[in-house]
Amino acid sequence: MDTTIKKVLVLGSGALKIGQAGEFDYSGSQALKALREEGIETVLINPNIATVQTSEGIADKVYFLPVTPFFVEKVILRERPDGILLSFGGQTALNCGVELYRGGILEKYGVRVLGTPVQSIIDTEDREAFVERMEEIGIKIIRSSAVNSVEEAASAARELGYPVILRAAYALGGLGSGFCDNEQQLVELAEKSFSYSPQVLVEKSLKGWKEIEFEVVRDRFDNCIAVCNMENFDPLGIHTGESIVVAPCQTLDNHDINLLRELAIKIVRHIGIVGECNVQYAYDPGSDDYRVIELNARLSRSSALASKATGYPLAFVAAKLGLGYGLHELKNSVTKTTPAFFEPAIDYIVCKIPRWDLGKFHGVSRKIGSSMKSVGEVMSIGRSFEEALQKGLRMIGQGAHGFVGNKELQVADVDEALREPTDKRIFVLAKALQKGYTIDQIYELTKIDRWFLYKLQNMVNTYDELQKYSKVEDVPYELLHIAKCQGFSDHQLARAFYKDLPDVEEAQDAVRAYRKKLGIVPYVKQIDTLAAEFPAQTNYLYLTYNGCKHDIEFYNDGKSVIVLGSGAYRIGSSVEFDWCSVNALQTIRNSGWRGVMINYNPETVSTDYDICDRLYFDELSFERVMDIYELENPHGVIVSVGGQIPNNLALRLHEHKVKLLGTSAESIDKAEDRNKFSSIVDALGIDQPKWKELTSLADIHGFVDEVGYPVLVRPSYVLSGAAMNVCYSDDDLERFLAMAAEVSQKHPVVVSEFMQRCKEIEFDAVADGGNILAYAISEHIEFAGVHSGDATIVYPAQKIYVKTMRDIKSVARKIAAALNITGPFNIQFLAKENFVKVIECNLRASRSFPFVSKVSKINLIELATRAMMGEHPAPVSKDVFDFDYVGIKASQFSFTRLLQADPVLGVDMASTGEVGCLGDTFDDALLKSIVSVGYTVPQKAILISSGDAQQKASMLDACHLLSEKGYKIYATGGTQRYLEENGIEATRAVWPSEFEQDPSLAEKFDTALDLLENKKVDLVINIPKNYTRVELTNGYRIRRAAVDFNIPLITNARLATAFARAFCSMGMDDLSIRTAAEFYQKR
Amino acid sequence: MKPYKKASLILEDGTVFGGYAFGASRPASGETVFSTAMVGYTETLTDPSFQGQILCVTYPLIGNYGVPLMERDADGTFRGFESESIHVRGLIIGDLSVDFSHWSAAMSLDEWLRREGIPGIWGVDTRALTQKLRDCGSMLGQIVMEGDEPVKELDDPNTRNLIAEVSCKEPIRYREGAGKKVVVIDCGIKHNIIRCLIATGVEVIRVPWDYDFNADPTMNDWDGLFISNGPGNPDYCGATIEHIRESMAFGRPIFGICMGNQLLAKAAGAKTYKLKYGHRGHNQPVQMVGTERCFITSQNHGFAVDDSTIGSEWEPWFKNLNDGTNEGVHHKSKPFFSVQFHPEASSGPLDTQFLFSKFVSML
Repeated sequence: MDTTIKKVLVLGSGALKIGQAGEFDYSGSQALKALREEGIETVLINPNIATVQTSEGIADKVYFLPVTPFFVEKVILRERPDGILLSFGGQTALNCGVELYRGGILEKYGVRVLGTPVQSIIDTEDREAFVERMEEIGIKIIRSSAVNSVEEAASAARELGYPVILRAAYALGGLGSGFCDNEQQLVELAEKSFSYSPQVLVEKSLKGWKEIEFEVVRDRFDNCIAVCNMENFDPLGIHTGESIVVAPCQTLDNHDINLLRELAIKIVRHIGIVGECNVQYAYDPGSDDYRVIELNARLSRSSALASKATGYPLAFVAAKLGLGYGLHELKNSVTKTTPAFFEPAIDYIVCKIPRWDLGKFHGVSRKIGSSMKSVGEVMSIGRSFEEALQKGLRMIGQGAHGFVGNKELQVADVDEALREPTDKRIFVLAKALQKGYTIDQIYELTKIDRWFLYKLQNMVNTYDELQKYSKVEDVPYELLHIAKCQGFSDHQLARAFYKDLPDVEEAQDAVRAYRKKLGIVPYVKQIDTLAAEFPAQTNYLYLTYNGCKHDIEFYNDGKSVIVLGSGAYRIGSSVEFDWCSVNALQTIRNSGWRGVMINYNPETVSTDYDICDRLYFDELSFERVMDIYELENPHGVIVSVGGQIPNNLALRLHEHKVKLLGTSAESIDKAEDRNKFSSIVDALGIDQPKWKELTSLADIHGFVDEVGYPVLVRPSYVLSGAAMNVCYSDDDLERFLAMAAEVSQKHPVVVSEFMQRCKEIEFDAVADGGNILAYAISEHIEFAGVHSGDATIVYPAQKIYVKTMRDIKSVARKIAAALNITGPFNIQFLAKENFVKVIECNLRASRSFPFVSKVSKINLIELATRAMMGEHPAPVSKDVFDFDYVGIKASQFSFTRLLQADPVLGVDMASTGEVGCLGDTFDDALLKSIVSVGYTVPQKAILISSGDAQQKASMLDACHLLSEKGYKIYATGGTQRYLEENGIEATRAVWPSEFEQDPSLAEKFDTALDLLENKKVDLVINIPKNYTRVELTNGYRIRRAAVDFNIPLITNARLATAFARAFCSMGMDDLSIRTAAEFYQKR
Repeated sequence: MKPYKKASLILEDGTVFGGYAFGASRPASGETVFSTAMVGYTETLTDPSFQGQILCVTYPLIGNYGVPLMERDADGTFRGFESESIHVRGLIIGDLSVDFSHWSAAMSLDEWLRREGIPGIWGVDTRALTQKLRDCGSMLGQIVMEGDEPVKELDDPNTRNLIAEVSCKEPIRYREGAGKKVVVIDCGIKHNIIRCLIATGVEVIRVPWDYDFNADPTMNDWDGLFISNGPGNPDYCGATIEHIRESMAFGRPIFGICMGNQLLAKAAGAKTYKLKYGHRGHNQPVQMVGTERCFITSQNHGFAVDDSTIGSEWEPWFKNLNDGTNEGVHHKSKPFFSVQFHPEASSGPLDTQFLFSKFVSML
């Protein structure tokens, strides 16, 4: 190891977005741990405040700042680190590092890049350079031409022959990339690609080839290992982030595997990787012909998956290799005796399944292809493909019980659905098999390897067999056992046998009891990296029915505590609940208990086996939690730190005598069930918006007559406002109800009064026996109506009345006492003038827990966990919430990835991630956080269209300011007139519809779309008139164009005003550069 | 549909592992061993080093890519296979793929085993079985079909000369006149070793394990001597060791693999011993002694060289990074060297294939 390195800067990946999610919290945390172990001082830059890596005790210093060359240089200047790690923060960190290198900044301050040299990174990132490097060693790559214009792209495509694929260089996860079957498609896509990248690659398409990945590690002594290989279920053409992926490869023989392994090592040696990288191949299904697709010279989503799939901590090892270690000098962290120089042998199969949330977006195409749209993923482990797949399909949490036995999927044209896959791909396959499609027919339409299809057929066959029985006692032992070995859940079996039984839960209990009587139970197996060849004391576990013996013993001493994790990242539940889970585990362990984790998200830190005493990488279903509970016989289970999934299990677990720690299941139910909660609130004399349960349209109209439009319509048991909408008219209402009724039959849809121009206030707190121990009050910058997960949140609240504050506290105290809360909880309030109303109460940690905990330096989860463990911690003194700085949480959107989605905010959550920055002032914190989520401060011109009269008025001050600052203001019709009337110079921009009616307008004025296409403006403020998701053609086209041409877009008047005020009052150089600890000193 | 006839593996200590029968429906007994290799069942099952053994594969999904047609290439070796027939006595796996998918496949694993008369059991907790073998050491065992009685006497392959069973009976010449002559002592040679040698441009003369090649005037002018892999205990190969000793006197290059390592070391005076459960898999890490160079290797052996007992003219060449056992020896001044692992791979990683060219370059 190189001992001259004393201080290292680590770049994080910023907010979670499509293509770059929680996996980088895991890899960064591992790297920091590896550095710390060596006694190296670590400095981390990452504005993602909800991450584990930005928690106390992981890095020595944390800067909640944007990961951009501007800010990184400022930190380098301040910290003068000896080295920098670029490969642990995704494409964001890598791109930033390359820019710093090219700008000579690293050299200027003598900062050494640890691990893979920057030149090697550049060689892999620049397609042309990469092609050249591969040709030097005779490696076949996909033939492609680098082009710099749309015309060049078209001519290259003609030469290669259609279909072709376009790829934008330097873009993460295939942004601006796609397939083109003809010239028209090519021209359309190429225009978009060039807005992301000055260089675009045109390649011959190899649709139908297999997609294979290898994770390779190399040390400075040239020792190489291929830690894991993975195979995409879908053929080339579907982004690996959009495909089910299995590890290890299933359809390749020894020759195939070792050919590709050898090539991967050859490539990695030639490029000069020191650390970890990922090599992707296209592989001919009819020969051993291959093409290298790309190489990622950094930790990636695949490497996180490979780490979890094999138990080999790639990021940790890569960080050590960056310090100069050899692989043979490091230990296998599972066995602790054998070296890190080895290739894991696995004795199970892993299945990664993407999680999409396309239903949350208006207008987005459901088709999946070469660009990534999924927002999260799950990893399932089994000892048969069927078992792993069915587990995984339940884990994605979108209502599936497995591969078969689900609610009937409506598919208009199965052939087309097979040929042009959507997010429902796997269920379309089930449908096709059940409709009698042959394996060959499906293969021709999908090019999914027949091996996978045969396995799918097995499950369909088994289900057909099962359905012949009408009660579980009649089913032969063998069939029942085989069904369980194929991953059928008790619930699925219950549905197969008891076709007409109204209560599936009761039927499920019957299946469970009977199979247990027969001794058909799952066994706990270890993930030990070496297929049991040597004894390993590993705590990394999963359950399988394909076994006859547990690998571990159970203590049965009541000294362990099970924490239920948060499952797949999705819109509304992501890294923040991972932070909560990890902190709960740490607290449990610090208090002398054993912490047991159940979770299945490979992108998380909570599924790092170092974090807990036992990790069950398995389902968070009632069935599996009961299995584990019965084996572990723990002191209790914590359901309140993993978001909505564990919360929803609470009542059922309680009914089956599971001991829940903290707030009782009855109380959780009272808060979740709108009726029950409402009567409690009424009884306590607490105000809430008027609401009513939906039974008939007539009743609703009666209710609407009473409260007036707009109204908010939503079902019970919601997280992130699934299927929640604001309706402004009878039309809106009727249309939406038709959709909402489908969401849930069991929990009725409610309609409530929608309060406009109200503040929304978050109350995050911890209580013990109904008494509040600590709380944090934060406010939204946007008015109520923007989902709390999308809103920009300020903590401590800066602009609410003392009386409002007092009322909120008083209401919260009453609720805490009435529900006898012990543990974390969150209440959302509306405030206007002098009233406060309660909108929602969750008896679990909320999304903002890590944010308020880190801003205040009071770990609310630690406190909540101690309360739940019965330690009765002392209340936190109020004074600690009084501090001289501001924290602002801003949301990250991924609209660029979601073609055609309307990038407008509403009551349904749309953001995929968030950041939180600290500042001396509101403006300081706001600018940092907004820049952190990818906005830039405009330099020249702004395009404004500002909604209704009220919104126009509210934007006026900001427009004055912008005008005074010398910004050129373009505005559409009404807004332009309004601004001129109010003495602000504004240039008219023509709406798309105006132009279409009268093209001659373009001679006098710029059209809005031209302004965007030609980048004449560098900020778009487009305020839609209301929160309906109806496509407002003009506004939609401007918003979408802004997103597609990568121009910052703000759609909320309050946020736009705050942002404009901030960048008009201070420049980038005025922003404070301080560590979190330095801010904390200002308390 | 899969076959659902029950069958069990009964170990010598009476432990029973149940599952379903596939392949040939007949009993078998032998030494039960496990391999952690995740691919390569066609190569592994035909590897003569597995003679007399019941193989448990730890990776649970087997049969996925079927089995290619067994066809001789121009040199008479079987591509995709390591010998003319299956050498394991029985196969124990987790999940069987009856339906297979690969462009080169001609039949299913199930069908191949049936044709070759080899029984298999699927549906076994191979991890639990592996743990048993790891903790107790390799054990004798038998495969019993449902309804059949277990036999009393189990076949113990370690009590006889397995090498004599698998070695060729007469010398075989490959690429006669192609170039330098390499005599290959066939202790149960894998076909890929022959292919690797041929690929370097030499003439290969494959001789039976106890053949006195130095006494045969048609080949005693050999340029290099190669000692192959093979099954079982090296102690049965006294004749081979004698021939190697004689050959050392010429000072011409000698290269050994696996059994060849043990025999060369024995010829150099070292002792060998039986490992508790051997090394069988594709992920065995070795380090070249005295360097920072490490390799991932394919291995399949139950005995090892005790390199502390080797003559003073010799030294260890490679060592196993997991357990420190010997992985190769070489002579301090003469071109004699051997490795315990399999540079020819097949199945397994190709990291050390360069050893063939190293050997040939010395001829």
